[in-house]
Amino acid sequence: MGLATFVGGIHPYEGKELSENQPIEELWPVGELVYPLSQHIGAPAKALVKKGDQVLVGQKLAEAGGFVSAPVLSSVSGTVKTIEKRRTAGGTMVDSIVVVNDGKYTPVEGMGQERNPETLTKEEILNLVKEAGIVGLGGAGFPTHVKLSPKAPEKIDYVIINGAECEPYLTSDYRRMIEEPEKVIGGLKVILKLFDGAKGVIGIEDNKPEAIKKMTELVKSEPRIEVCPLKTKYPQGGERTLIYAVTGRKINSSMLPADVGCIVDNVDTAAAIYMAVVKGTPLLTKTVTVTGDAIANTKNYSVRLGTCYQELIDAAGGFKTEPEKVISGGPMMGQALFDLTIPVAKTSSSLTCLSHDAVAEMEPTACIRCGRCVSVCPGHVVPQKLYKTALRHDLDAFVKLNGMECCECGCCSYICPARKPLTQSFKEMRKAVAAARRK
Amino acid sequence: MSKLLNVSSSPHVRSDVVTSNLMGDVIIAMIPAAVFGVWQFGVHAALVLLLTVASCVVSEYLYERLLNKPVTIGDLSAVVTGLILGLNMPPEIPVWIPCLGGVFAIIVVKQLYGGLGQNFMNPALAARCFLLISFAQKMSSFTLDGVSGATPLAVLKSGGTVDVAAMFVGRIPGTIGEVSTVALLIGGIYLLYKKVISIRIPGTYILTVAVFVFIFGKQDLNYVLAHLCGGGLIFGAFFMATDYVTSPITPMGQIVFGVLLGLLTGLFRIFGGSAEGVSYAIILGNLFVPLIEKYTLPVAFGKEGKKA
Repeated sequence: MGLATFVGGIHPYEGKELSENQPIEELWPVGELVYPLSQHIGAPAKALVKKGDQVLVGQKLAEAGGFVSAPVLSSVSGTVKTIEKRRTAGGTMVDSIVVVNDGKYTPVEGMGQERNPETLTKEEILNLVKEAGIVGLGGAGFPTHVKLSPKAPEKIDYVIINGAECEPYLTSDYRRMIEEPEKVIGGLKVILKLFDGAKGVIGIEDNKPEAIKKMTELVKSEPRIEVCPLKTKYPQGGERTLIYAVTGRKINSSMLPADVGCIVDNVDTAAAIYMAVVKGTPLLTKTVTVTGDAIANTKNYSVRLGTCYQELIDAAGGFKTEPEKVISGGPMMGQALFDLTIPVAKTSSSLTCLSHDAVAEMEPTACIRCGRCVSVCPGHVVPQKLYKTALRHDLDAFVKLNGMECCECGCCSYICPARKPLTQSFKEMRKAVAAARRK
Repeated sequence: MSKLLNVSSSPHVRSDVVTSNLMGDVIIAMIPAAVFGVWQFGVHAALVLLLTVASCVVSEYLYERLLNKPVTIGDLSAVVTGLILGLNMPPEIPVWIPCLGGVFAIIVVKQLYGGLGQNFMNPALAARCFLLISFAQKMSSFTLDGVSGATPLAVLKSGGTVDVAAMFVGRIPGTIGEVSTVALLIGGIYLLYKKVISIRIPGTYILTVAVFVFIFGKQDLNYVLAHLCGGGLIFGAFFMATDYVTSPITPMGQIVFGVLLGLLTGLFRIFGGSAEGVSYAIILGNLFVPLIEKYTLPVAFGKEGKKA
């Protein structure tokens, strides 16, 4: 019996050895802080402050713009400089609140007030999670309080904590798990309080034996929690592949994990829930890996939200060689950046600095129908056929061939011996289909 | 920072394996059979292989140069076509015949349909069939150690008996590359090990032939084994039926394809006029590939039992 996993997937160069042994260091911001109002899936947050306002650490700068939305909190104390459009990692200009740091880190009243989760009601827990500005920190940015409020909470029988960290180069979740496992487990216990019939499972890829060992030891005394070692394979940490590996249940693109009785949260999200509910500290920081062959010193930083990416690079000693590409996130699903004047957002996980952009020199050649895209696709679609529909921009054919089941993991593009931009074209098609459906 | 960084859509890394690596593996896998053929049939066989490959590569180069297209001989696909075609030639063939075959394979079957990936028939096999029809006598006279003789399957068809051990090793008359089952299996195992091909097509193909000849031929182990080792079945199953371009891309389709080839081969061998049938079975099978793919699309993850 092998380790829990899924059918398909790839084994890219992991690159984790570059930064996995770097303990998380606290990084204090130097310059102004930028808080985009849209760091999550759903409606943008609505600004509560205006230019010139004094703000405190943990103060709400913007409130949730709807149910599926999340507030944005200040991670420093200081003065609101302006509210204007700033570029985010995704490349778009987003309304952002810019705060000048006074360096005092004066907290709002009541911050840091510890609570016993046993005495809290479910509604109180959900409200604390919401007010703390917590969203899916693994990268999706789905508001966590929404995720934790499924239609039928009694039907949830699995709460899965995603510690797979299958994306190459990233080590922030790994460091979290071995440095502060009690926070992750504490967060999971809070979530389990919301779902009485559920069992907690922490899924970790077996390339992180240290994390598996630590977590397993700590959950020994927890009857409702267990650790599930997963086979190291990309994209093991994808929501659908993770649920399948842990429970054997399958969801497609139009289903939610809750439809098969599952709630999935990233380890960092679980830790944030613990901090918010038990320690009274909202989401102010994010663990970010600074890595790649172009950076002088690889690091794992705990950094205040809103800090400029450039400051992380400077703190890590700058570049030892001129980078050709800097990716917000990992090389499989991360977003390449024009420049580094981008703020750390809730969904930031890594700055991967590559001295050589090998992909830029690759010329696509003829498809030889080798079928490698088919065998690696975790969504069990036929990328080779989808690509043909993408070239014709035939949305109907794309949907008919299950194009919407693509999770944009990048496996097909990675493996294609003809270097076809498969995933890239599917992203465009999926956007076009979604836009057409909204009409 | 004055210089803007490179921006592109993810993923930002790619596997090292490109088309020429895969083609290179196929070439490596055919070396045992080629070496055995040359060792057994002599230096003329080496000349045939060399000239067939050269004919294919030169045809591709000239065609692409003349039409101002990018020259793609570096992807090694023309070498693979040439080698497969050469290995399908009788060892004593006058060299101009396989050279003509190479031109036909590359120009008519491959390039006129749009080049690599666009042809719907296996170029080497289509060329072989073209030569079989055009030069039937020269294409089907086989000699071993200076003595001309019938191939084992022809002997079998006329009611004779054959030495399966000799067939397994390759001490039989036949085309340069098809005779040694063991040399071909070494190559086949290499391709499986390197994951260039999956077992789906060769496995189902060979199994279907075995079952078919057992039911409709003779219920005799020696007879069935002779059918498996003879007539280029192993060569066809591992090297020609698995041609990426002309076989189904879907896993289920590959199984259907293998079974179809097995049925056609059995049909041709047992009920047809000729003793052999692998080449024609694969060529015909190629024509069914789009249809097979259409009905064997995999069910998307999480969509089992649901309408798409």
